[in-house]
Amino acid sequence: MVIDSQKMQSLAAATAREDIAGRSLWADARRRFLRNKAALFGLLLLVFVVFFALFGNSLARWSNDEIDFAVMGQAAELGGPSLETGHYFGTDDLGRDLFARTVQGTQISLAVGIIGSAIAVVVGTLWGATAGYFGGRIDNLMMRTVDILLAIPYMFVLILLLVMYGRSITMLFAGVGLISWLEMSRIVRGQTLSLKNRDYIEAARAIGVPARTIIRRHILPNLIGVVTVFATLLVPNMILTESFISFLGLGVQEPMTSLGALISEGSGTIAYGTLWQLAFPLLFFVTTLFGFFFVGDGLRDALDPKDR
Amino acid sequence: MTRPLLEARDVRVSFEIRHPSDLPWTPPALLHAVNGISFRLERGQTLGIVGESGCGKSTLARALIRMLPATGSVIWEDGTDLFTLSPRQMLRYRAEMQVIFQDPLASLDPRMTVGEIIAEPLRTHRPRMGATERREKVRAVMERVGLLPNQINRYPHEFSGGQCQRIGIARALVVEPKLLICDEPVSALDVSIQAQVIGLLEELRRDLGLTILFIAHDLSVVKHLSDEVMVLYLGRMMEKAPSSALFSDPRHPYTQALLSAVPIPDPQIERTKRVIALDGELPSPMHPPSGCVFRTRCPRATGLCASPPPEECTSDARHHTLCHFPGPAAELIG
Repeated sequence: MVIDSQKMQSLAAATAREDIAGRSLWADARRRFLRNKAALFGLLLLVFVVFFALFGNSLARWSNDEIDFAVMGQAAELGGPSLETGHYFGTDDLGRDLFARTVQGTQISLAVGIIGSAIAVVVGTLWGATAGYFGGRIDNLMMRTVDILLAIPYMFVLILLLVMYGRSITMLFAGVGLISWLEMSRIVRGQTLSLKNRDYIEAARAIGVPARTIIRRHILPNLIGVVTVFATLLVPNMILTESFISFLGLGVQEPMTSLGALISEGSGTIAYGTLWQLAFPLLFFVTTLFGFFFVGDGLRDALDPKDR
Repeated sequence: MTRPLLEARDVRVSFEIRHPSDLPWTPPALLHAVNGISFRLERGQTLGIVGESGCGKSTLARALIRMLPATGSVIWEDGTDLFTLSPRQMLRYRAEMQVIFQDPLASLDPRMTVGEIIAEPLRTHRPRMGATERREKVRAVMERVGLLPNQINRYPHEFSGGQCQRIGIARALVVEPKLLICDEPVSALDVSIQAQVIGLLEELRRDLGLTILFIAHDLSVVKHLSDEVMVLYLGRMMEKAPSSALFSDPRHPYTQALLSAVPIPDPQIERTKRVIALDGELPSPMHPPSGCVFRTRCPRATGLCASPPPEECTSDARHHTLCHFPGPAAELIG
């Protein structure tokens, strides 16, 4: 009896304690992500690339449009990577510092990838969630619009846009953003359709929560998993699209550059023994893509453990 | 005479069924899921609705709260017909009628904490209430349903089924509704937990003067909780009577069959009792039998049952049976 009453007292004390913090699904996902070695490695690569893009310029001794007249015209002999000249990654044929140009190219490529993906997340999620939640005629109208836009060969349109309105970064962002949300809206709509019939959505409707609030409060938070994964995997695709455009010579304008443009230049001069002009931009390009794909895979495993 | 809290008159729900092979202009086939149900729900009373799967119990509940398009009328105690209101006008009445769902975990948003889940009706119906006051109210209602208030920041997946159902009950009660619609609230729970949840519902009904519409397929649960019981079959009412009368003196052959199938926890009685086994399968609700819908499986059916649908016959003021040959069970067995 004595022991029992002590137990009761300790139980009473335990119940009186302050609020217990719950462990959300996010905390669980974070734990799973941090235990995934490949994903952590990818994250490390990404952090490295981002730091390189943000702070690389303070290490560079040359700016990206400065011409080193000492090596101009003799890039193959004098323009190789060296610490003495300050051209850590060597120079291009015009004698411009490749290190500064790679930093700048990485900045552009990351920006295109992230902005394209951000447009996809905002527009695609809202579009898909609205179509999926309301269903019926609205759904049909919205998704057929997406089908029609997807049927247009976007690369062709993008090239036409760049040719008609001139090559500019804004045009490139607009073009990439215009196409990136279509796939996203389809995925989000599918997910919303399956969420819509869950009991907790029904419960919210029975309570009388307005449709817009249900989308905001219940549908969107439950979509975030899928959307994050798809967005991380979309970034490298956007970078690839931009690189392809730049490879065709339609991307950003000189003296600005992007990884795709640098790779294109490097591959053009590979016959003259200037391998570094291809190798360094390519290294950063591949590292970025690897990083995003690993992180995307890691997020997918962490966010829906049931699908593994 | 005071009005009942809620009066349903001739509520009908039908679904349009289209086959993929139908041409666009073919009129869709109609499935009458709920077919002319009427009842009165007095203040403080509990009405149990029973019937086998697919008889329209949940559809009826969803129609009452306007989650499904339905015809007929549902009169609230202030004389308003809920079926004629716009969604905006309906909002005021939604605060008065709250629902408890069958699957306790699935009806809670996994991304929200318990506090947020229980506060949701408050945020919808009392938008001017401050955050602190709201939190206090959530804590109070959590304590009321037997949850520790310091678990307010936990997530639904950290609770057991019974606790999740208590969260569901807390969410329903936080806006102090007059009517509680329980859609099979205990069928997904263990028997021991069922008893706890039923006990809680009884206690709440007594203390808060709730009116309850209780849907179940478990007759013993309904018997325990209800003042009046309505038996449904294929979307139609078969029998409606005060709980004691229905269980002691069922007059409809379907009710008698249902009651005889309830297991009795005594092997001696269980061995000797007669189970009225029904022949055949539940007919398709797409093509219900003519006349009395139960006639295809009814042991008493005659030629009369096929043509005119039976009138409601009333043996006393509160015992209604929809049958041509209502009668006590003994007659049938003997």
